Amino acid sequence: MNVAIVGIGIHPFGRFEGVTGLELGAKAVRAALGDAGIEWPDVQFAFGGSLAGSLSGAEESSQADQLVAHLGLTGIQFTNVHNGCATAGSTLAMGAALIESGAYDLGVCVGFDKHPRGHFNAKPEQSGLPHWYGDLGFMITTQFFAMKINRYMHDFGISHETLAKVAAKNFRNGAKNPNAWRRKPFSEEEILESRMLNYPLTQYMFCSPDEGAAAVVICRADRAREFTSKPIYLRSAALRTRQWGSFEVFAPWLSTERGHSPTVDAARATFEQAGVEPSDVDVAQVQDSESGAEVMHLSETGLCADGEQEAMIQGGETEIGGRLPVNTDGGLIANGEPIGASGMRQVYETALQLRGEAGDRQVPSNPKVGFTQVYGAPGVSCCTVLTT
Amino acid sequence: MEVTKPIAEDLFTETGDGPRIVGSRCGTCHTVVFPKATSCPRCGNDEMDEHLLAPRGTLFTFTTQGFLPKEPYTGPETEEDFTGYALGYVELPGEVMVETRITEADVSRLAIGMEMELVIVPFRTEPDGTQVTTFAFQPVGSDS
Ligand SMILES: [Zn+2]
Repeated sequence: MNVAIVGIGIHPFGRFEGVTGLELGAKAVRAALGDAGIEWPDVQFAFGGSLAGSLSGAEESSQADQLVAHLGLTGIQFTNVHNGCATAGSTLAMGAALIESGAYDLGVCVGFDKHPRGHFNAKPEQSGLPHWYGDLGFMITTQFFAMKINRYMHDFGISHETLAKVAAKNFRNGAKNPNAWRRKPFSEEEILESRMLNYPLTQYMFCSPDEGAAAVVICRADRAREFTSKPIYLRSAALRTRQWGSFEVFAPWLSTERGHSPTVDAARATFEQAGVEPSDVDVAQVQDSESGAEVMHLSETGLCADGEQEAMIQGGETEIGGRLPVNTDGGLIANGEPIGASGMRQVYETALQLRGEAGDRQVPSNPKVGFTQVYGAPGVSCCTVLTT
Repeated sequence: MEVTKPIAEDLFTETGDGPRIVGSRCGTCHTVVFPKATSCPRCGNDEMDEHLLAPRGTLFTFTTQGFLPKEPYTGPETEEDFTGYALGYVELPGEVMVETRITEADVSRLAIGMEMELVIVPFRTEPDGTQVTTFAFQPVGSDS
């Protein structure tokens, strides 16, 4: 893929009284434009994503294209993307494809959201499910994560202590990230002893919905130096949905024939397209909706084999100074999850790491290859490979 | 006499041999789905026959619900009396893994692979006194 990221922008994640989601999105876009040294009228197209108002049950608008009212009515092609928790990843995949097509050579991809407190209260009808499914208390994403990791722990020997170690690492990384929401480290004991929300996952192993935004300016790779001295190349971005037999959220039933997660397909396609092996990755951001998701996504993406996580995480390999630093900005656990923004935060962090500008949390070994993965309901995954 | 009604029509039924949950079976590829559906997610066929699923299976995975769910949950608990419940997927061999309430909420008494059986249990009571029932699975051998 001949696409470069030449500008990155973020609005801190957390809670911001009196600021709308659109304002958060606009601030992230302005930051990315400033980073690329361009103005909004220079932008030829945009893809934007926000899910407030649908999955989260909030009343605020989720039309990302309303950003043009904040940034300027220049008449550009602006496409709304609505792809569950993989929304931001999808904006980037679509933006990159549009540049690859030759239609345009400079665009913006943005994700933002503003969710109310507490778990998402999705409505069954919005997911094509019968009313009784919600009535009975099955319409809760955290239950799916818990059931999936419970089985995975049984099959591959992952311990409760490893789940706690993942969360402790992400809180520790978040404490070094000025844009993170949760900036207080917790010990593994505190994490294990916090309230059991959905066995085997305790309160401090989970991320929470919050507010935030992130944006990137992308362009045709051969024009990158016009905008920055440190372009980051988007080698590939792939998006896949669930196949027969995969174990997904909001499923009244699963096939008894086991299939793999859409992340397996998306990651495989991404690495193949980039011509990069998982073992080449120097820094990775994967969807850690809770600790178990980070554990399972490491193998689903091919970054390790099933069961290897136990020794890998216990041995500190996923720490910032380790062999494969994972979720260096604190991930969803420390940043929370504004759904539309989440995957773009991963790309922002990866670009920062590859530029060597990640400050206190900079991966020390001069990383050259980065990887991101977001997963969302009802079984959609998006991965990217970025290089210097 | 106590009046009861199922949480949804066509979700489960009583037979001479006890309760069964109701799914569909594809006329073409024979895939079984739950609940009843009008088309097959395996082959796309739109001719599905009603199929009563097996009342016994094994526990594929489980979790607990440790906080009171928001809407659209309509369980009877309040913040004050909510004590949590268990749920999981029970594998009905050759059919489906069905997502279900589990009557046993103590995780120390649940294990992946254990034998489970279908039961119909009270879920909540309507303002007029009607008891709403639902399907659930319990470990085989426990008291119903
Ligand atoms: Zn079929």
